Amino acid sequence: MTTASRYQHLIPAIIVLGLAGIVAWFSFTEEPAEAFLFPRIISVFFLGLALWNFARAALGLARVGEGVSRETAMNIVPGLIIALAFVFIAAESLGFYVSATIAFFLIYTIYDPSRLADGRAWIRRIVTTLLFMAVMYGLFSMLLQVQTPRGMFF
Amino acid sequence: MEFLNYFGGVFEPISFLLLLGGTIGGLILGATPGLSPTMAVALLIPFTFQLQPTQGLILLGAAYTSTVAGGAVSAILLKIPGAPANIATALDGNEMAKQGHGTRALHLSFLSSGVGGVIGVFLLIFLTPMLAKWALAFGPSHLFWMAILGVTLIGSLDSKSFVKGLLSGCLGLWLSMIGYDDIQGAPRFIFHDALTGGVNIIAALIGLFAIPQVMEMFAKGRRDRAIEAVAVTKHALADSLSELGRNPRALTIGTIVGSIIGLIPGVGGQIAGLVAYDQTRKFSPHKAKFGTGHPEGVIAAEAANNAMVGPSLVPLLTLSIPGSPTAAVLLGGLLIHGIFPGSDLFERHPEVAWTFINSMLIGQILMVILGIYTARYVAKIAQVPVPIMAAAVLVLSVFGSYSVQQSMGDVYVMLVLGVGMFVLEKFGFSAAPLVLGLILGPIAEANFIQGSMIAAAQNGPMEFFFTGTLNIVLIAMTVGSVLYSFFSSKAIDAALPRAEEIKS
Repeated sequence: MTTASRYQHLIPAIIVLGLAGIVAWFSFTEEPAEAFLFPRIISVFFLGLALWNFARAALGLARVGEGVSRETAMNIVPGLIIALAFVFIAAESLGFYVSATIAFFLIYTIYDPSRLADGRAWIRRIVTTLLFMAVMYGLFSMLLQVQTPRGMFF
Repeated sequence: MEFLNYFGGVFEPISFLLLLGGTIGGLILGATPGLSPTMAVALLIPFTFQLQPTQGLILLGAAYTSTVAGGAVSAILLKIPGAPANIATALDGNEMAKQGHGTRALHLSFLSSGVGGVIGVFLLIFLTPMLAKWALAFGPSHLFWMAILGVTLIGSLDSKSFVKGLLSGCLGLWLSMIGYDDIQGAPRFIFHDALTGGVNIIAALIGLFAIPQVMEMFAKGRRDRAIEAVAVTKHALADSLSELGRNPRALTIGTIVGSIIGLIPGVGGQIAGLVAYDQTRKFSPHKAKFGTGHPEGVIAAEAANNAMVGPSLVPLLTLSIPGSPTAAVLLGGLLIHGIFPGSDLFERHPEVAWTFINSMLIGQILMVILGIYTARYVAKIAQVPVPIMAAAVLVLSVFGSYSVQQSMGDVYVMLVLGVGMFVLEKFGFSAAPLVLGLILGPIAEANFIQGSMIAAAQNGPMEFFFTGTLNIVLIAMTVGSVLYSFFSSKAIDAALPRAEEIKS
């Protein structure tokens, strides 16, 4: 089993500690106090455990978890950018179905091991994308009657 | 024998079609490496919105049952367990397939899954009403401690790190408090408009279970091609049946181990399969044959991982405490239909509860029949290339989370939680306690507030929450689970190298 480096463990430990600190701060400063009674109790445990986790990471005692290697991160970045752009930008501006079609096609193309010069691979990608989106349209628009944002296109 | 009165509901045309569809779909999803049963059930929830509660639960229950069994197909033919529950199956199943006994291994896996699964559902049928009657005596303080126990137990048992397991539970409890407070109507932790209505459980479940798997598929990059399945030849079903009959030891050990482990919240099918495999090997006169394509290994593992399905729902249906991440997702499916499981579920909604349980019984039988006759075709469908799978699950997650309330806010929450969970999982955090915290948080808070009000009118909170036999037992179990986790994570830590010894 591989584990992440001490530096890598520190980053999530700091983020979780920061989050626990924010939760504790809001729990003990916001009003009405009655509404924050339960959050206060939980935030004490949350902050205590986050401090413990941070101390373990800082001392190099945090060993569980393989972390994220440079290669893994580089592989993830293109897909993650597409997913974020699809959800936070394109879905409402271009329309749900058009942006989902583009996202599906881009992810398939980027992660497909076939050569980019392979003409048949391009046809396969286009056909698969259109078939999948037709199924999605049938399921969500026609069967479940979900009204999705239409944006500029559809 | 009340359950016998509700079998008719399972055979209503739409219900039976859903059971059939859920079973076939579950077999395909289960056989597809990278799609866990929990994720499959989470992605199916949006499709239950327009169904009646019973029909929705039949679909989810069928998918749960058959994804666990379907995972054996890829474990045997591809040597890739479809789900963690099928890890032990791959050890001997794939060896049998390589030796030309693939069909035999598939037959044995589905037959033993069916036997284990049916016995597990019978345990669910007979234990649930008994426990439910006992749970009727629970007051606010007991329900509060039960909810806390649920979070700490899953946090303790499901995570390799004591502190990270409990931290995951705390994160879930915090997420459950976002939105407007039920009693005062005060806004709490609403840092963005998308959080005004709180964190939607279904969107969160989809994000926490589906998005990390999409990211794992991204992480494989462009190198990963579909793996060729081992070719299978025909094998007489009657021979497989008689072989199963000749191995009662493996079947019995698998079923008993799976049933017991299923009743313990948080332990799960992976452990059930591996423990049953190990125990069967210990009691077998052919110890050396295990791992070389020995049928007992397949029988024990598959009987166990399906036997745990029924019992894992006992704490959910009686105490509202999901025994596994998939049970937590099923709880989400119940809640969106306005059904709150608990001690009085069988009094308020007997038709829903019993029809659901009966459908799981029929589903086990359907799973065996369909599994045996479709396994080799299912294996072919399951060889979907990873890039298509990643893109499809991402798009399904976005559409599924949007369709919950037709709100983009839910989609943002789904994606942010999913990406965050992927990173946290890489550092030893776990999704299961976080989900439990998210689901049990409102139960714990509501009973805490109610208990505090009662305590204020009596002798104070110390006496109300910390005295009485049941309170003390529940507190002792909570503390015990935390201590167990503390010492077991120390043992895991000792086996790992220090972080500073590893190059960044």
